[in-house]
Amino acid sequence: MNNGGAEAAVAPVGGPQPLEWKFSQVFGERTAGEEIQDVDIISAIEFNRTGDHLATGDRGGRVVLFERTDTLDHVGQRRDLEKMDYPINRHPLFRYKTEFQSHEPEFDYLKSLEIEEKINKIRWCQSAYGALSLLSTNDKTIKFWKVQEKQVKKVCDLNVDSTKAMGNGPIVGSSISTSSKQYMANGGCTSNDFSLPNGGLPSLRLPMVTTLETKLMARCRRIYSHAHDYHINSISNNSDGETFISADDLRINLWNLEISNQSFNIVDVKPANMEDLTEVITSAEFHPIHCNMLAYSSSKGSIRLVDMRQSALCDIHIKLFEEQEAPGSRSFFTDIIASISDIKFAKDGRHILSRDYLTLKLWDINMDSGPVATFQVHEYLRPKLCDLYENDSIFDKFECCLSGDGLRVATGSYSNLFRVFGCSEGSKEATTLEANKNPMRRQGLTASRPSRSLGSPSGVVRRGKGADNSAVDANGNTFDFTTKLLHLAWHPTENSIACAASNSLYMYYA
Amino acid sequence: MAMIDEPLYPIAVLIDELKNEDIQLRLNSIRRLSTIARALGEERTRKELIPFLSENNDDDDEVLLAMAEELGVFIPYVGGVQYANVLLPPLETLCTVEETCVREKAVESLCRIGAQMMEQDLVESFIPLVKRLAAGEWFTARVSSCGLFHIAYPSAPEALKTELRAIYSQLCQDDMPMVRRSAATNLGNFAATVEAPHLKVDIMSMFDDLTQDDQDSVRLLAVEGCAALGKLLEPQDCAAHILPVIVNFSQDKSWRVRYMVANQLYELCEAVGPEPTRSDLVPAYVRLLRDNEAEVRIAAAGKVTKFCRILNPELAIQHILPCVKELSTDSSQHVRSALASVIMGMAPVLGKDATIEQLLPIFLSLLKDEFPDVRLNIISKLDQVNQVIGIDLLSQSLLPAIVELAEDRHWRVRLAIIEYIPLLASQLGVGFFDDKLGALCMQWLKDKVYSIRDAAANNVKRLAEEFGPDWAMQHIVPQVLDMINNPHYLHRMTILHSISLLAPVMGSDITCSKLLPVVINASKDRVPNIKFNVAKVLQSLIPIVDQSVVEKKIRPCLVELSEDPDVDVRFFASQALESSNQVMMS
Repeated sequence: MNNGGAEAAVAPVGGPQPLEWKFSQVFGERTAGEEIQDVDIISAIEFNRTGDHLATGDRGGRVVLFERTDTLDHVGQRRDLEKMDYPINRHPLFRYKTEFQSHEPEFDYLKSLEIEEKINKIRWCQSAYGALSLLSTNDKTIKFWKVQEKQVKKVCDLNVDSTKAMGNGPIVGSSISTSSKQYMANGGCTSNDFSLPNGGLPSLRLPMVTTLETKLMARCRRIYSHAHDYHINSISNNSDGETFISADDLRINLWNLEISNQSFNIVDVKPANMEDLTEVITSAEFHPIHCNMLAYSSSKGSIRLVDMRQSALCDIHIKLFEEQEAPGSRSFFTDIIASISDIKFAKDGRHILSRDYLTLKLWDINMDSGPVATFQVHEYLRPKLCDLYENDSIFDKFECCLSGDGLRVATGSYSNLFRVFGCSEGSKEATTLEANKNPMRRQGLTASRPSRSLGSPSGVVRRGKGADNSAVDANGNTFDFTTKLLHLAWHPTENSIACAASNSLYMYYA
Repeated sequence: MAMIDEPLYPIAVLIDELKNEDIQLRLNSIRRLSTIARALGEERTRKELIPFLSENNDDDDEVLLAMAEELGVFIPYVGGVQYANVLLPPLETLCTVEETCVREKAVESLCRIGAQMMEQDLVESFIPLVKRLAAGEWFTARVSSCGLFHIAYPSAPEALKTELRAIYSQLCQDDMPMVRRSAATNLGNFAATVEAPHLKVDIMSMFDDLTQDDQDSVRLLAVEGCAALGKLLEPQDCAAHILPVIVNFSQDKSWRVRYMVANQLYELCEAVGPEPTRSDLVPAYVRLLRDNEAEVRIAAAGKVTKFCRILNPELAIQHILPCVKELSTDSSQHVRSALASVIMGMAPVLGKDATIEQLLPIFLSLLKDEFPDVRLNIISKLDQVNQVIGIDLLSQSLLPAIVELAEDRHWRVRLAIIEYIPLLASQLGVGFFDDKLGALCMQWLKDKVYSIRDAAANNVKRLAEEFGPDWAMQHIVPQVLDMINNPHYLHRMTILHSISLLAPVMGSDITCSKLLPVVINASKDRVPNIKFNVAKVLQSLIPIVDQSVVEKKIRPCLVELSEDPDVDVRFFASQALESSNQVMMS
């Protein structure tokens, strides 16, 4: 609590206390010197609505599911814990549940185009009866998955002696089905021509089924394909529980979950002449409460709110959120770094969080003159934009997330760092964490400087590793372009964050 | 292991395969569940088979769907209606699964069983089932429960009826929009079973909740409820409660709701009756016709004629016609197209004078529309206007429209107009047709798209039917036969096809004297495809012409073809010869 205590003293009265983040769990931790397979790199993270499940997608097209354990069976455990004299720490704990191959690499022969299997987005759907259902998408195809417990059964006490049949059958093992098919072929006789006695035939019996174990089975229920000419960047479920949208660079389509062979194009920003193209769609999300509202962001740094009630084609927005650029500040990179990589609605639907290359911005949908708050994520990179452009890092797409109570926001950075900001009135909380088992190692830095500094962690940390790709700027900040923390998600009800550092999933709580 | 007698073997296999690993075999067994039940007998079906099915309900959705369907007709196999309640437990479980189609089928089957059950059984087992589902933890159970109330309610005692109404009211306010949608969908069915006093109070308040729902998808369904409830209420209650809702819906902020009103307009008018329609729905409808969303205008435009039939002509001319005029120049081609598909039907409603004065200019402008669908839709309904004002007034504009469509660069448009040619011919009469359209019909036979040539051949036949063989002899047959010398073999093939279609219409004499020689001649063609088509055509001519002609002309030709170097020609020739032998024998 030392660090936290120091920070609490700095934090002004009024705003909530800054959180002290602790390491909770890691899945797929790298051992030193281990080489990371590209297919193992996590490319999507999403909690479900209740926070009882977490899904990750990776570049290899796999979806991995985790389930929360601390709420599941804590009753028995609690007593044990008490006995062991540990404090009862009820922070979300997850365990591996199952995984399945969602997408496979494909080749579009008509367009001579390779389609990667990489999972771009995962969204959970409302489901029932113990089943989990989710949508996953790669660049072109969205799939609706249902994961359900299936009982593995042993069937015995059959009418037809299978051992005997096996002896007669030409192919061992398949004899039952072959013999039955034979009967089915001339099987019309079975139904009507028999004169069945009134009381039934006592020699027939139903097979005995004994359940051996249950295992999870993932089944692809529907495939929504051939609706996008460009790469799908986002999918989002509607609050009505029956529709969802998918967005690519130029269009947004509306689907019904039950219908996979048609979708409606609701937003189309494709100009008549592609040479006139100045702006693409980078992200889109439905309003969490109002079924008719959705927001989408663009590469020019604007967010448009559209109302599906007004018109079938939503090319006309009802609100436009963008920040006026300060005069004279334009440079070659202005447009590039203004591009919004992700937007998220707050749970109450009142605020939208957006992430561009250097900042996080929080918007109030009732105020379109400018953001209500701007947080500098890694302002110390501004002088480095040229290098970042050279090595394409400037096009990295960082995601952002809000806490369930809407009081804090988080987003990723380089060197496996991610930052948490308080966004309630008067909050000066700005924490830098590193995705490893000791997340607060950097905390001292931000705390040492009265955390008003929406900017760089100033102190110098000489990291023992001295990674190859890291660079040290004039102020002595280190940053490593290759270890970027793009994907993270905030638990919907608790202060818990799941984030992906390449192939590892780290979880923190406060 | 039991030894199974040989005749029982198929059933034994069927039973075993209920649990086979192959889903196709399981499906097959489930579809024959009635056979299994009959083999087991009624008692063992009740005591063993049904519990067995209840326990094994984590199967694939396809199997569950089949099971839900089979169980709906299973009453005879469990020993009749007095045992119907044993079927409820497995169906109850199926009502809670995640897959929508399985649940819907299970609800359908439960309704079917419930409708046959005895009153006491309904009270003792069916109603508790409905209540359990309605209180289900998962929304799927609650969704299913909504569809069962109309079966459960009528036989419930008074106290239970009150409870059921209260439960349904809860479902209308459920947290999950899926449940509210289901409640909205089924409200009409449920309301039909509720007594009048409760209808006005309880049901109407549920309906009010649904009409004010935040979710567009729920309000959409409430629009349909308007029509269903309107029919159940007394006219004055309907005017007091339903009419304002419809008027509100017609101004809903969501275009999808307004679209539903436009789409359901006729049913809504029927529900409220003609008088309120004239007074209150005309302004609402006019608003929909002028809606700023094209989808709404499309739906509204499509109802113009049906709506005007409810009104008197004066009202229609005064209020609706101005909108129709606007719509005929609407910016959306789909609106114009929807209008064009129904506007001809307004002619009988408005009468001759109004049609000539008001509608004719609209017809003419739509006939000149740049979008082919609009023109086609007008032409397809020509008969309706012909009855009222005759065709003469239109024919001047009609011809250019037809010619333009006939030469449209999209073959589907050409195809569509060809299909209307017989209709046009019958409406326009022989004289007009001869002058203007005859040449077009011949031109299509030489189209570069097969579907058009094929349709053109059919068209020639239908014209011959319409105007008779004599006319066809003069105006069609010579022109068609001329084309047999076309240098392109595909076109020659079209002519052969036309001949085979024309022959039955023209009769034996003309076939023998005019058509047959041309076909026989074509058997000397240098292209094998033509030759084997000749064989096919000859085969089709055999039943039409006299036996002597078959002997003298057709068979020698076929015999020659059956010795052709080309294998396909030989094949079809010998096939034709065989069929001629059969005709001779019979």
